[in-house]
Amino acid sequence: MITLDNITVQTGEFVLREVSLQLEAGEYGALMGRTGCGKTTLLEAIIGLKPVQGGTIHIGGVDVTHARPAARGIGYVPQDGALFSTMTIREQLGFALEIRRQPKEQIKQRVDELAKWLNIEHLLARRPHGLSGGERQRVAMGRALAFNPAILLLDEPLSAVDETTRGDMYDLLRRVQQETEVTVLHVTHNLEEAQELADAVFVLSDGCIRKEEI
Amino acid sequence: MTPTHNNHTLGGGLSDKLFFLCMGIIGGTYVLLIVLLLTADVAYMLKGASWHEIVFENPMVQALGKPEIRHSITLSLISCSLSALLSLFVAVPIGWLLSRFRFRGRNVLDAILDIPIVLPPLVVGLSLLILFQFWPFTMQVPFLGKSLNELVVYQVPAVILAQFSVAAAFAVRTMKATFDEINPRCEQVALTLGCSRMQAFMRVALPEAGRGMLTAFTLAWARALGEFGPLLIFAGATRNKTEVLSTTVFLEMSIGDLEAAVAVSLIMVLAAVTVLLITRIWGAKDVMV
Repeated sequence: MITLDNITVQTGEFVLREVSLQLEAGEYGALMGRTGCGKTTLLEAIIGLKPVQGGTIHIGGVDVTHARPAARGIGYVPQDGALFSTMTIREQLGFALEIRRQPKEQIKQRVDELAKWLNIEHLLARRPHGLSGGERQRVAMGRALAFNPAILLLDEPLSAVDETTRGDMYDLLRRVQQETEVTVLHVTHNLEEAQELADAVFVLSDGCIRKEEI
Repeated sequence: MTPTHNNHTLGGGLSDKLFFLCMGIIGGTYVLLIVLLLTADVAYMLKGASWHEIVFENPMVQALGKPEIRHSITLSLISCSLSALLSLFVAVPIGWLLSRFRFRGRNVLDAILDIPIVLPPLVVGLSLLILFQFWPFTMQVPFLGKSLNELVVYQVPAVILAQFSVAAAFAVRTMKATFDEINPRCEQVALTLGCSRMQAFMRVALPEAGRGMLTAFTLAWARALGEFGPLLIFAGATRNKTEVLSTTVFLEMSIGDLEAAVAVSLIMVLAAVTVLLITRIWGAKDVMV
């Protein structure tokens, strides 16, 4: 569960003032709004990449307002995937577990399981250079899900995916949420995406969030 | 691109050709100058020489035979490598901080880092010399019985410090440009995956900056090899002591041995080209993976 209670975030001149949002555990939320309305800023505040000037952020009932990103247990999939260019796909999928000093055998098992599930087994030995938009997103999602986070934040994950693979990605995102029961907050400006996937739609405009019925 | 058949495009085609010709001629002139400079050095050495003389009595071979020049080559290779490594050591954190964070005084810091680039080299040497007249450099070092001033000025460490003072500024510029080009999102993702700042830097940012580090090292190395002004003032040009290749050229010129000066210059060209080639090949390999 994610609860934002009157948070204020500032980035340079831009300020999001006293914004609130509540997303229940296991829900799939879509955060919509025009380009430049502050969607990414809000996402970064939830992740812990941007300090908040006021209000509180609770994740699973725990106050994480000033916690480090690593301590929040959030899986983050940025818009462009932001894959690590010097690592193979296998290394990227196992990265979070390696940082947590999990045994090698366990990491291998989890990576194989994720790769099979996301249909990227054939990419494991490769580096990200030359991957398609859809493949990059699958890898980024696998990397974020590897440590079983309670929350998954997706920043416009389908913006670099072509129309033909969009349907597959919808299926994949639905499957991810159903099978892992992760709480998903999906940032998008595409209404179709929100309607296809979300249980709850939040619209951010003029510095306010309102919940809309689908 | 397929040309379309109308008068406007045909006219455009001719002007395009002229444009490319002009650009080629202007750019080519400079490339020609570089090639001619090196060719002139080689031609000067080979002038009127027989094959036997070229192979066995070549001024470069003779220069390599002189112990003082061998000492100068060794010191150059060691001091350039050390100063390039030191440059990289300071350039990586400065480049990363400047690229990733906006903080108070950032512009002042940025300007300070450009000072060694814009300052006349002689002034850098003189400033180093003057700096070492002050405390703590004049203080006795425990167990050595000498001050830092005595241990460094006109000694081998002065060679490295003089080279480092200028070369590091170039390495910093390269590293900042390198980190500017690396997506900061990767480090942010690493933080969400459980990394501390240091882990994200060491495991994600640094490997991504590998090629830039290689370029910065090469640039610093080449810059250190060519350093002369600060060395002359701060380290002196003492044969078999603080003499490096650039000072050898100066010393040979000052005793009127132009042939030896040209020969040593060509050794410097070879050294610089070799380092450039090695790093290019390593860099290319890195990209191909």
